[in-house]
Amino acid sequence: MAKYDKKRIAELVDGTLEFYQLKEMMSDFKDPERFDLHLSVLQERVPWDDPILLPYGLHLYIVQKKNGDRIVKCDCGHEFCDYRENWKLEAKIFVRNTEELMNEIYPKLMSPDPEWQVIREYYCPGCATQLETEAVPPWYPILLDFEPDIDTFYKDWLKKPLPTA
Amino acid sequence: MNLAKVLNEIQQTKKPIGWDGKTLKEMRHEIDEISRETGHYAGLTKLPFKEADPIRFEKIYSKLRGGVVHARETAKKVAASPIVEQEGELCFSLYTPEADSIVTSTGIIIHVGTMGAAIKFMINNDYEDNPGINDKDIFCNNDNHVGNVHTCDVHTLVPIFWEGEVIGWAGGVTHVIDTGASAPGSMPMGPVQRYDDGYQVTCRKIGQNDVLSKDWLLESTRSVRAVKYWTLDEKTRIAGCHMIRDLVLDVVKEEGVDAYKQFIREIIEDGRRGFVNQSKTMLIPGKYRQASFVDVPFKDLDLPSFAKVDTILHTPSEITVHKDGKLKIDFEGSNRWGWHPFNATPVSITSGIWVMLSQTLVPNDRINDGAYYASEFGIPLGSWFNPDDLRSAHSNTWHALVAAWSPLWRGLSRAYYGRGYLEEINAGNAHTSNWLMGGGYDQYGQLSAMNSFETSSCGVGASAVQDGESHTAALWNPEGDMGDMEIWELLEPLVFLGRQILPGSGGAGKYRGGNGWQSLRLGWGAEEWTMFMAGSGVMATDGGLMGGYPAAAGYRFQANKTDIKDRIKNKQPIPLGGDTDPDNPVFETVMNAEAIHRDRQAVTTQEEFKDYDVIMNYLRGGPGFGDPLDRRPQDVEADLNEKYILLRYAEKVYGCVFTENNGTYAIDLNATEKKRKQIRKDRLNRSVSTKEWINHSRDNVVNMDAALQVRHMYAESFALSEKFTDEFKEFWNLPEEWMIYEEDLDVPLLGSRINRFKEKKERIKQ
Repeated sequence: MAKYDKKRIAELVDGTLEFYQLKEMMSDFKDPERFDLHLSVLQERVPWDDPILLPYGLHLYIVQKKNGDRIVKCDCGHEFCDYRENWKLEAKIFVRNTEELMNEIYPKLMSPDPEWQVIREYYCPGCATQLETEAVPPWYPILLDFEPDIDTFYKDWLKKPLPTA
Repeated sequence: MNLAKVLNEIQQTKKPIGWDGKTLKEMRHEIDEISRETGHYAGLTKLPFKEADPIRFEKIYSKLRGGVVHARETAKKVAASPIVEQEGELCFSLYTPEADSIVTSTGIIIHVGTMGAAIKFMINNDYEDNPGINDKDIFCNNDNHVGNVHTCDVHTLVPIFWEGEVIGWAGGVTHVIDTGASAPGSMPMGPVQRYDDGYQVTCRKIGQNDVLSKDWLLESTRSVRAVKYWTLDEKTRIAGCHMIRDLVLDVVKEEGVDAYKQFIREIIEDGRRGFVNQSKTMLIPGKYRQASFVDVPFKDLDLPSFAKVDTILHTPSEITVHKDGKLKIDFEGSNRWGWHPFNATPVSITSGIWVMLSQTLVPNDRINDGAYYASEFGIPLGSWFNPDDLRSAHSNTWHALVAAWSPLWRGLSRAYYGRGYLEEINAGNAHTSNWLMGGGYDQYGQLSAMNSFETSSCGVGASAVQDGESHTAALWNPEGDMGDMEIWELLEPLVFLGRQILPGSGGAGKYRGGNGWQSLRLGWGAEEWTMFMAGSGVMATDGGLMGGYPAAAGYRFQANKTDIKDRIKNKQPIPLGGDTDPDNPVFETVMNAEAIHRDRQAVTTQEEFKDYDVIMNYLRGGPGFGDPLDRRPQDVEADLNEKYILLRYAEKVYGCVFTENNGTYAIDLNATEKKRKQIRKDRLNRSVSTKEWINHSRDNVVNMDAALQVRHMYAESFALSEKFTDEFKEFWNLPEEWMIYEEDLDVPLLGSRINRFKEKKERIKQ
């Protein structure tokens, strides 16, 4: 069973590991300590104190608030909504739905035809980070990508108590 | 009546070939029942053999696994087709008597399920009675509706007997170059019905006593183009199956038949448990939702009128990871099958998912049906991957399959991200196309066909810790290889004018998707040759992840009746690759042609292709991960200097500013920081709150303001799924009466039978 120290996981987060190290991590049995190590690396780096329950996406976390709420929060500090709701509905959106807007990202003919498909970009209202994109036909409902069962995850899988605020 | 009775009696007097006097059908039924009742494969709540003698258990496994891989590696040398011999488009698998997979070779392991489906078909149709299943028989199948992926995947199936009982089956599959379809090549465009898909063999006994029947040899070789490749592919499959049969018999001799029988049950239950363990190790319980789309731009193609429809294949998927670690993938909301060759069977989509999972969630060599027993799939009847009509065409099913699987990577990656296994994250897979196909009389004067498997080396999706690899892999075969140009030129009457990385074809991101590339081919030496291509053109089929962009969509370039012959004679420049920016095309500047096609129509049907005609093959990139503004500036600098991106996108997308000296770019860090700040400001200025956007976009939905192909896609999904309809209407807060019906769109409705609106009307009438 592989075992890594916090430094190695911090390097993983930073994307500074060499390929042979990554290959080793991919090929080896997974290290059960990873969740805690990764969480502690991230917790140290965010500029706020709410305990992270789950890393939810690049820059996004589900955190425990003192009042018992569990909310989706950006590392800049912007708070979106309850984790069971769709954070994208609380974000800012920009839709590439013309050839001209597509051409800002892709050379001619290499973008989707906007009549068939648009690209939606979701930004954090706090730091303007592009947190998610969607490539969908017009009208497509905005999906709630991930609905984790946090209680089962901690209680039955990790077999540990949830962090408290 | 009497004759039927007599025949029936004769058949019933045949001694069953299953274990303990049972028929294979009875064994199949028993396994299904007990596995369902107990939740354990074959009811094995314990693994007594493995637990009592683990070394012997693993030794048998290693022997079988090593032998099956060895069979593949050795047998493929028999083939002459570069698709098999170079690209490795073959696979061998060993099955239980009831057709559950025990162990599989490397290669196109999607066929773990498809060959199993063929054996199950034989069992369910009482082949044991007629035509009979005997020692040293050889069976062949490539029937799509039995559960094959597409017609060109031809299966050879050989029963393995021990003292009068079937103790297993060996199966081998190769991707043949041609199947005698209405157009040449292995995945032709042109078929819109099963009867256009080519020569389909439905689990037929083609040989006895290890000898192929003469009628089979004559019929099959008269039914396809590229006969020498077909013939050698068949010898490849038979050689591999016979090697596996010998291997199993050796193991039985050494270990005893009872040990072997116990082993094959336990190894599958072990695979099931292993999958559940991996799921609990790497995933997070909950629900993951995503959707994929791929274009069917058929309106202007040379096809029957009922097939000339522009539409979109829609594949939403919801992954549920249950508390007990079991997995369910539900595709409710997917739209209808149609008159195109992109339809699929349920087995091909589910079996293909194992190809994916074996590269991520279960990255070990225990690829068997154990994982299948730990999973559940929701596959709507009438959808494009479960047609309710035997007429559906499947010749190019990968067009839709690779698109449908891509979002599943993103779903699983959200779990890996949450657990901290960043090294496993993958933003998605490239749409492995274009497929460049054709046929006619080749440069040797032989009736032949081609399908360029350069698609084996597309760009890989980015991960959370590194860029996707460029021009290197395909989802469907973990051993990507673009093949040697010299070998392709030996097979195909097309000379390579160039191969070149295509900048920006991988999706942008903090980590960018692996880039795709293009190759340019010149017609040379063929007679009466036709060409066409198949790939996604008007849509990006693989979204980015967590802020990354989708990989670029495709396009086509083709020039007919060029002046290249004269240019070569006059020593003038000709196109030699290097057309890396379609905003500033160069091919046209170094040749003239009577017809030039440079557009998004990346699926085409056969057209004559002569000497000095030119066709480009564009192999796609993979999607990106994370906000491009988070990308390390020095990585953007390297991309620019290594020509993986174009300068203007280094600035616009990545917010990086450069100075240039003799063609080498150097990052200006201060200017980059300012530029990135400005882009963030611009983002906030030109975006709106999502809720506000929903409010004003709702008018477009209410007024049905969208292209016909978009409305058609929704109408088909609405007709098949109440759940999808309700969720759609709830999201846009639409009134009760709002609905799009297929009948109102003035599109052909041939074959659109399952329709919950019609069914509802009929119920009301009654």
